[in-house]
Amino acid sequence: MVNSSSVAWRQFKDRAFFITVCALSSLMAIPLVAIIWEVVQKGYKQINLSFFTEIAPSTLDAMLAEGSGEIIPGGIVNGIIGTLLMVGVAAIIAIPTGILGGVYIAEKPRAIFSIIVKFLTDLIQGTPSIIIGIIAYALIVVPLGSYSAIAGSISLSIMMLPLIVRSTEETLKMLPTSLKEAGLALGSSYTNVVLKVLLPSAFSGLFTGILLATSRVLGETAPLMMTALGSSAINWDLESPTSAVPLLIWEFYNDPNLIDLIWSSSLFLLILILILNLTAKYIVQKTIK
Amino acid sequence: MRDRIFKTLLLLSALTIVLICGGMFYFLVIGSTDALGHFGFFNFIASPEWDPNPDNEQYGALSFIVGTLATSFLALLFCIPFSLPVALFNGEYFKDKKIAVFMSTVINLLAGIPSVIYGLWGFYTLRPIIATLGLSEQGFGILTASIVLAIMIIPYAASLSAEFISMVQKDLKEAAYSLGATRYEVVKCVVFSSSFSGIFASYVLALGRALGETMAVTMLIGNTNNLPTSISSTGNTMASVIANQFGEASDLRLSSLIAIGLLLFLITGVINFTGKMIVKRFN
Repeated sequence: MVNSSSVAWRQFKDRAFFITVCALSSLMAIPLVAIIWEVVQKGYKQINLSFFTEIAPSTLDAMLAEGSGEIIPGGIVNGIIGTLLMVGVAAIIAIPTGILGGVYIAEKPRAIFSIIVKFLTDLIQGTPSIIIGIIAYALIVVPLGSYSAIAGSISLSIMMLPLIVRSTEETLKMLPTSLKEAGLALGSSYTNVVLKVLLPSAFSGLFTGILLATSRVLGETAPLMMTALGSSAINWDLESPTSAVPLLIWEFYNDPNLIDLIWSSSLFLLILILILNLTAKYIVQKTIK
Repeated sequence: MRDRIFKTLLLLSALTIVLICGGMFYFLVIGSTDALGHFGFFNFIASPEWDPNPDNEQYGALSFIVGTLATSFLALLFCIPFSLPVALFNGEYFKDKKIAVFMSTVINLLAGIPSVIYGLWGFYTLRPIIATLGLSEQGFGILTASIVLAIMIIPYAASLSAEFISMVQKDLKEAAYSLGATRYEVVKCVVFSSSFSGIFASYVLALGRALGETMAVTMLIGNTNNLPTSISSTGNTMASVIANQFGEASDLRLSSLIAIGLLLFLITGVINFTGKMIVKRFN
């Protein structure tokens, strides 16, 4: 009979537990590899020049090409431009607001207003993207009377804002107070101390936050369905319906003839997001050392 | 003078966040008054009926509330046996080692994959497997959605709980070692018990994520307006019904969808608040 408190048994349990932890942890690589593998393997053959220069094909063209065994013509340039336009405008709105809001909280951490703002920032961050879509719909699509790129941008900027506020606040909190005091002691104005001392010293933290916020909204589909809707043409006008890469993936998903294009669009989106993520991670690692 | 302008700008930016929150709540309440006034709040959440037939419009949120809770809790259940080992791997066994950095990169990348791509993967890879196993007729349903949902929330749960596990004080662990405890016993009796509330909070926050996930669930749950009866039955979550029907809805139906949005907003708000509060007390 094994004595439950014998040293050998306890050591065996220790080993067994360690091996289980390692085994279950390493399983995490499976979904990542499986997803990337599926997207790459099914998507690479559609990636060519026209993929980046032509708009999404019609169902008929795709069906004809499929029938004659060719790859589907056309590309996703309407989606790429829409994504760049909407994420760009969202960033222009969210980055300054987020950084300044973050500075405010970091400068007055004990004020009741700051605590409220912090709480509400967390609330926005936890709000499902579909609800942000409803808000942008009610706030912009209804008054303007049509789906538009600006409505999409606003919904994306609401999603970016809390991430930027919190990363700004957290980076500024880590800076030594002496930095600010030194600036003020030299007779520099408060504005200059914030803009020329604090923010530049916090640059890598801020930049990481911005990259992560951008990569998070790049793949957002749900709020764009309710705000930007999608468009089959290239659109630079902020007040018209606009397409985006995730919206195109959704459209292709719903159209059996365009299935091949799903994978190449996903591949494009995935590469973009993974690069942003890895860059952010790299910067964090650099600053820690 | 410049300072005053700058300080006003800072205040305005902070105020924007308050305004956004206020606006969100305002629009959700205004948008849903029609439906809630028509059916009554309690009837609305207690009725499983969802019938857009214009002669006899009936909208109730119960099926979707049940669908949301079922998928989210099931996902949480599937997520624990994987996220806990990852948290121990990164926060205890290989803390500050190169391999932990590698593991957290894997986790971060998983967290970065967009919901719609998870949905595609679930649709083309997981769904046929579920269908072959005979767990559900076409592979759609609560089970399929919650497996993908579990993979999506593992990164959040794991990286948060790893943080709490790595914060366990060294002298506590060393005291246990000096009494002759094996590492397993230290993990079980010291690490887990002293970081329990933090780990618990991580799962509460992960649940908050799962409740609001939209695209992947929409693509996998089957999108039927019935009350789900088993894990293999199809259904809809609160988020997926909004995603599915918002574009074609108007009047009372639109208002009902917004009311579901309001409910979801309140539920995720409460869940996230609870999680954050536990984290705060832990620190």
